[in-house]
Amino acid sequence: MSETRSDVIPRAAAGGRATSAPIMGRAAEPTIFELSESGRSSYQLRTTGIPERSLADLIPGDHLRPEAPPLAEVSERDLVAHFTRLSARQFSVDLGAYPLGSCTMKYNPKVCDAVAGLAGLAQVHPGAPAHLVQGWLEILVDLEAALCEITGMAAATLQPAAGAAGELTGLLLMRAWHDANGEQRRRVIIPDSAHGTNPASVTLGGYEVTTVPSDERGCVDMAALRSVLDTDVAGIMLTNPNTLGLFEEDIAEVAEAVHEVGGLLYYDGANLNAILGVVRPGDMGFDIVHMNLHKTFATPHGGGGPGAGPVAVSERLVDFLPGPKPARLDDESGDRFGWITPPRSIGRVHGWHGNALVLARALTYIEVHGADGLRRVAERAVLNANWIRRRLAGSFDVAYDRPCMHEVVFSASALRKDEGIKALDVAKRLLEEGFHSPTVYFPLIVDEALMIEPTETESPQTLEALADALERIVAEARSGDHSATEAPRTTPVRRVDEARAARTLVPTFDARGD
Amino acid sequence: MNIPEDLRYSSDHEWVRLEGTRVRVGITDYAQDALGDVVFVDLPAVGAEVSVGGSLGEVESTKSVSEVYAPVAGVVVAVNPELSGAPEQLNADPYGDGWICEIEVADPGTIDTLLDPGAYRALTEA
Repeated sequence: MSETRSDVIPRAAAGGRATSAPIMGRAAEPTIFELSESGRSSYQLRTTGIPERSLADLIPGDHLRPEAPPLAEVSERDLVAHFTRLSARQFSVDLGAYPLGSCTMKYNPKVCDAVAGLAGLAQVHPGAPAHLVQGWLEILVDLEAALCEITGMAAATLQPAAGAAGELTGLLLMRAWHDANGEQRRRVIIPDSAHGTNPASVTLGGYEVTTVPSDERGCVDMAALRSVLDTDVAGIMLTNPNTLGLFEEDIAEVAEAVHEVGGLLYYDGANLNAILGVVRPGDMGFDIVHMNLHKTFATPHGGGGPGAGPVAVSERLVDFLPGPKPARLDDESGDRFGWITPPRSIGRVHGWHGNALVLARALTYIEVHGADGLRRVAERAVLNANWIRRRLAGSFDVAYDRPCMHEVVFSASALRKDEGIKALDVAKRLLEEGFHSPTVYFPLIVDEALMIEPTETESPQTLEALADALERIVAEARSGDHSATEAPRTTPVRRVDEARAARTLVPTFDARGD
Repeated sequence: MNIPEDLRYSSDHEWVRLEGTRVRVGITDYAQDALGDVVFVDLPAVGAEVSVGGSLGEVESTKSVSEVYAPVAGVVVAVNPELSGAPEQLNADPYGDGWICEIEVADPGTIDTLLDPGAYRALTEA
């Protein structure tokens, strides 16, 4: 095996390995409040001759705090140094490989940032009248068209601020559709492999969750699905490929069965990156599709966004979409673009027009790749995941031993049983090897799950180095060296006590001390 | 894996200890080990009527949130007040201080339908 590999893989250094990341020392970074010095500030107002007035003269007393809030008082120099040092203590997609399954932490091309930074886009007020923002409207209209082409749907809303917001929007559309038909349905079906957001969105949308189990191949159990289908079912939420990284091969049959009882099919687009340009949710029979632009179309994410979760729908749901939405106008004489509100719109799901600069980045990603390029994104993501699956099959159990799509789920169950080394230990130990950890303990139906998603980003050299590192970690544990339980030992912050943090939750910092 | 001989078990990894017409309920050593460090226990309400397989609250660990299912039907008559402040008891002593609740059983005969220690051991080793 190893001879074959060295024949195939050119001998270059792995660009995704971050062990050389420079760090000046191991000392803890003080909080910004500890850097505070009374009277110091990040700005100085030059002498202007304008008379100073006290705050109390300008603002009524009952609107004023009795004392100033205890904010940190630091110079600009100390402020910048503090946050720069913090940023250097973080792992990021710009630093190295980030195989965090399900999260799709692919590299974010800088050209997308460059476009989003253009003054004509970045310095526009969202309330500007349509005739002043024709270019912006064209971007939004073009993005909607591109997303509809990619998903095989009729129209889309770009408003939802992230995936979960898209899910709720989709469920509200589902409800609006059934309401319009004079039907009160109560249940939404979700497989047991689903993202945790699915049942949360169903509940928030006013429905009850019915869970269906996965079969021995990791797909929806058709017999179990049929047994829970009736006219009380509003719809089913599916991710395809699912969270095990497996393609739901019975999807046409699922669609037929759900449609037969009058239910709608909801496509959770979290894994759309695996099928770009290859197969379309619309052609599989889905009625509602949300997309995570921050995953599939490489806009920045992690640390809370902002994301974007557009929702595309089939023809029969178009009239219910949120509005106002950007549209191409037929009016030859006036503006080419304007705002329209669909006739039976469920209303706004975002204060403005969605996270617009994220939308501009996503359109840039789509335009830069073109149709054939997007297909290659999916093909390479799938190829990379399968390479990892085959390569590590001797080190870990593969949860479902069949070709995967864009991500692969391993189990560290045997390693835990034999050596006491858990998935969490492997993940922490991998940090010492210069890679971000994979996702652990998800999907919930796989014991000691380790979920690796290399995306299309990483080179063969990086994949090789990542696989070598994981093999080394397993071999080390198998040889009786159980130091992985102490990992990470080389990072600025070592293993944190997650259980204690959750048990005695302290989400605030009191600058006044005790 | 600790599986006491004097208890009965559900296939969802709850244990049951019969005390008169009441049962004390908790989750097994196997369950606490699989969950990992428990950080929060959502207890049922005293007085709640539960059917077999009905919800007895949730156990949240650093890995996941799992539902606790009622192994027998009846009325919840007591809950372990210590668990709100010290959820780690569920890990440290699942069959003792980590008990979850007590149920006044509707039909004590249903206890016999639960798994005996041997059958439960076979389930965890499958």
